Amino acid sequence: MTAVSPPSRRASAFFFRKPKLRLGILLSAPLLWLGLAYLGALAALFITAFWSTDVFTGKVVTDWSFDNFVTLFTDSVYRTITLRTVGIALLVTVIDAVIAFPMAFAMAKLASPRAQRILVIAVMTPLWASYLVKAYAWRTLLSGNGAISWLLSPFGLSGPGYGVAATVITLSYLWLPYMILPIYAGLERLPDSLVDASGDLGAKSFRTFRSVILPLAFPAIVAGSIFTFSLSLGDYIAVKIVGGTSQMLGNVVYDNIGAANNLPFAATVAIVPVVIMLVYLAVVRRTGALNNL
Amino acid sequence: MSKTGRVVLWTALGVGFAVIYFPLLVVLLNSVNSDTTFGWPPKSFTLEWWGRAVTNAGALHALWTSIEAGVAATAIALVLGTMAAFALQRYRFFGRDSISLLIILPIALPGIVTGIALNNAFRTILGIDLGLLTAIIAHATFCIVVVFNNVVARLRRMGGNLEEASMDLGADGITTFRLVTFPMLRSALLAGGLLAFALSFDEIIVTTFTLGTGMETLPIWIYDNLFRPNQAPVVNVVAAVLIIVSTVPVYFAQKLSGGDSSSGGRI
Repeated sequence: MTAVSPPSRRASAFFFRKPKLRLGILLSAPLLWLGLAYLGALAALFITAFWSTDVFTGKVVTDWSFDNFVTLFTDSVYRTITLRTVGIALLVTVIDAVIAFPMAFAMAKLASPRAQRILVIAVMTPLWASYLVKAYAWRTLLSGNGAISWLLSPFGLSGPGYGVAATVITLSYLWLPYMILPIYAGLERLPDSLVDASGDLGAKSFRTFRSVILPLAFPAIVAGSIFTFSLSLGDYIAVKIVGGTSQMLGNVVYDNIGAANNLPFAATVAIVPVVIMLVYLAVVRRTGALNNL
Repeated sequence: MSKTGRVVLWTALGVGFAVIYFPLLVVLLNSVNSDTTFGWPPKSFTLEWWGRAVTNAGALHALWTSIEAGVAATAIALVLGTMAAFALQRYRFFGRDSISLLIILPIALPGIVTGIALNNAFRTILGIDLGLLTAIIAHATFCIVVVFNNVVARLRRMGGNLEEASMDLGADGITTFRLVTFPMLRSALLAGGLLAFALSFDEIIVTTFTLGTGMETLPIWIYDNLFRPNQAPVVNVVAAVLIIVSTVPVYFAQKLSGGDSSSGGRI
């Protein structure tokens, strides 16, 4: 005698025998969403970059042309802004790496396991405190009668005021935890025995750092740099809050979508950080950094 | 390691944390600073701004919009992120690396790119008016990776032994998922959901480009009021509240994830 199994059980058995079907179902919704909605939107952005805007009606004209790219590359204003943006992003990344490494090292190698957990939470907490709140904090800190001036005035110095320097400081501050956490995770995985072995073989601290620790921690540093670099590259808000009159690529995009109502040109400008980031991701992929995110 | 080395590293850590927390402390202090220009050091204190902030209709309305967007985006991200995590963790197939890159892409590319790409797709290509829904779609897109990372980390750690045992004992796939897999996954889902909500709640650049005109999330409300001199005290209070409130999801997410996400559960 065979009992009739309930439909759910039959369905389970059916899917159990068909792993490819299960995989297909699992992938369908995420791929539909990210593949169609996100990649589709990126592709559309790329196409829009070749269109233009009618000067009189403000409507998008779907005729193909390279005019936007010609403007972007020949107009010295945009060249300056592009170089400034990339420069700021690189500087912020280097500053964060230099500050984050010793902090992450102390957390991963000197702190007790209990202290490690507390320190990780201590790094993460300000990460989630609103971006704007932190940028705004620097606006008050850097203002003429703010804390920085107050701290520096006894030495006869004055603060940087609002400008490129203030932007670099603020962005470095904003993205610092994004650099600390991956480096910490990378160093935590690095076995102490390798450091000890290096010491036993006669290497001094610096040699151990250069030949053992740095090569092994490198993918983690690169993983952190993806965030610091990418986030700086697309920022326009911090520079509006503390940057004075200086502009970044993000401001050009923002202004062309809003005030100037030239979506195609905004799209063209937005492609610059995309290309830079894709090249960067392609280069760092070999280091295994993407598995450290 | 040499004693000097240790001292230098501990000092670096201490100074680093001081720099990380000092600006936040300044915001907290300014929220009770009776001087509206917030010169340093503060001279006298008041709770007046707090009273004004809790009755500020604009801020409260924006807060509600933020919660709506965050909850909806988190729900979508939980479903899609979990499905993707199971597919990529449990199966080996062609194109697997590309898909994991695709999941990272919305946060690896600058927010302004994600923002303008979706803005352009909605308005120019699809002809949809921006509203709350378009912002939710945008938020869900970059929140998927948070859930994905938390679930993948948990799946990697729990292996497949218990599920196989369940099957051997006669449970079918659905029963196994309901009674074995899901309970083990629950805290990772909660942690991922909390972090996804926090990410959505804080997002401003993508929101600026995808939320309809006349609508405000809390970050956009702050940004709009940042440069209005008479609003500065209220902005300070909202900022202070956000600093205090944001510690809650981080604390719980860290506890729930059990430290199994490699980057400390950030994404």
